[in-house]
Amino acid sequence: MGGHEQYAEDLALYALGALQGEERAKLEEHLATCASCRLELEQLRGDTALLAISATGPRPPQRARQRILDAVAREAHLPVAVPSASRRGWWGWLGWAATAAVVIFALSLWRENSALRRTLASASSQAAESTRELEELRRIAAPIIQPEAQRVTLVAAKAPPQPQGKAFYLRNRGSLVFLANNMPPLPPQKAYELWLIPVSGAPIPAGVFKPDARGNASVVNPPLPAGTVAKAFAVTVENEAGAATPKMPLVMVGAGE
Amino acid sequence: MVTGLKSGDQGAMAELYDRYSAVVYAVALRVLGDTGAAEDVLQEVFLQLWRNPGAFDAARGGLGSWLAVITRNRAIDSLRKRRPETDIEDVVLSVAPDLAAEAERSRVAEKVRGVMGTMAAAQRSALEMAYWEGMSHSEIADKTGEPLGTVKTRIRAGLIALRKAFQTG
Repeated sequence: MGGHEQYAEDLALYALGALQGEERAKLEEHLATCASCRLELEQLRGDTALLAISATGPRPPQRARQRILDAVAREAHLPVAVPSASRRGWWGWLGWAATAAVVIFALSLWRENSALRRTLASASSQAAESTRELEELRRIAAPIIQPEAQRVTLVAAKAPPQPQGKAFYLRNRGSLVFLANNMPPLPPQKAYELWLIPVSGAPIPAGVFKPDARGNASVVNPPLPAGTVAKAFAVTVENEAGAATPKMPLVMVGAGE
Repeated sequence: MVTGLKSGDQGAMAELYDRYSAVVYAVALRVLGDTGAAEDVLQEVFLQLWRNPGAFDAARGGLGSWLAVITRNRAIDSLRKRRPETDIEDVVLSVAPDLAAEAERSRVAEKVRGVMGTMAAAQRSALEMAYWEGMSHSEIADKTGEPLGTVKTRIRAGLIALRKAFQTG
C-alpha cells in the first residue's frame, strides 16, 4: 500500500467524495506535494469505480434513446472538434465548444440582469436547471454571436464611426471572443490578424479575420495557451494566411480595463 | 467509437449509447431513485460526452467505468443540490477494469455484489451511504451514532476489500 499511513483513511473518504471541511483542505494541501498519496488516491478511485459499475436496474425507457440522438443532431452544426484545453470549474460540465463563447458574454450580461437570475433560481431541479441555463445563456448571447444580428455602433453625434473592437478574454481557460465593427475592407490576399500581447514575450497570434460587407468581424475561441496574462490586444494587417509575428503598424490596440 | 465522436459522427454516439446507457441509467437511478431525474442525468452525461469527447482519454481506463463514475458524481451533485464539484477531466481511473461488453460488466458487477454481501453490515452500509447517498463522513457518523474514526476505518476497509477481491481475481 502506498501513501502515508496517517492519510490512508482520509484518502479513501476523499476518493468517495465523503471528506469535507478542514480535513479535506488539509488532505488537498498534502496531495499537492505528495506523489505517492496521489497514486494511492488514483488506486482508490479505481476501487470506487467498482461500486459504480455494480449498479443494476431497469434499462432506460426507449424514448431516452431518441431524445439523446435528437439532441446530438441539433448540436451537430456547432463546432465540436476543438483542441483539448485546460477546463476548470463548473462551466466545464456544460461543454466546451458549444458554450464557451456564450458564457463569456452571458456572464457579463447576467450580472446585470437580476430578473434573469430570479427566473433561473426558481428552476425546480439542478439537472433541469443546467439545461435551462444553457438555453437561457444561448438566448441572451444570440444577438451578439449570431452572424445575422444587426450591429450598430453609436458614436457621439456628428462623429464618423471609427474601427472599433472589443476583446473578451478568460485567462484561465484561454478563451477569447473578439468582435469588431467599422473595419475598412482589405485588398484581396490581405487579412487582419488579432494578437494577444502578453506581459513578457512575443505577441501571440489570436486569429485571422476579414470583415464582412458591413465592416463587422469576429474571432471566437482561437487556440490559445491557457493562463497567459494579456497586457493588451492588437490588430495588424497581414497576408491572408496570417503571420507568426506582427507586421507594424498596429492598426488597432487596446489594453485591459 | 470515441474517435468517431471526435469527428462528429452521430452514428458513433448511437453505438456508445447502446453500449453504455444501461450502466449510466442504472447508476443514476440508484442514486436518485427517480426515473425522471435519472433520465435527465442519462441525457446530460451522453450530451456532455458528445460535446466534449476529448475529456475521455483511453489511457485512463475503460470508458464504461469512466461513464459510471461520472454519472454517479453528477447524480450525487444533483441529489445534494450541489454544483458539480469535479471537472470530468479530473476523473482518472487508470486502474479500473475495462468493460468492453455488458457480459463483462455483469460479471464484475456480480463479483462486487458478492464481496459487498460478505462484508460486515456496518461496513457495507457505511460504504453505501458514502457512495450512493453522497453522505460525508460526519453525516454518516451522526446517522449511525458511531464515532468518526470508526466510520473512516470502515469505509477504507471496505474499499480495500473490494480492491483485494479483484487483485487476485
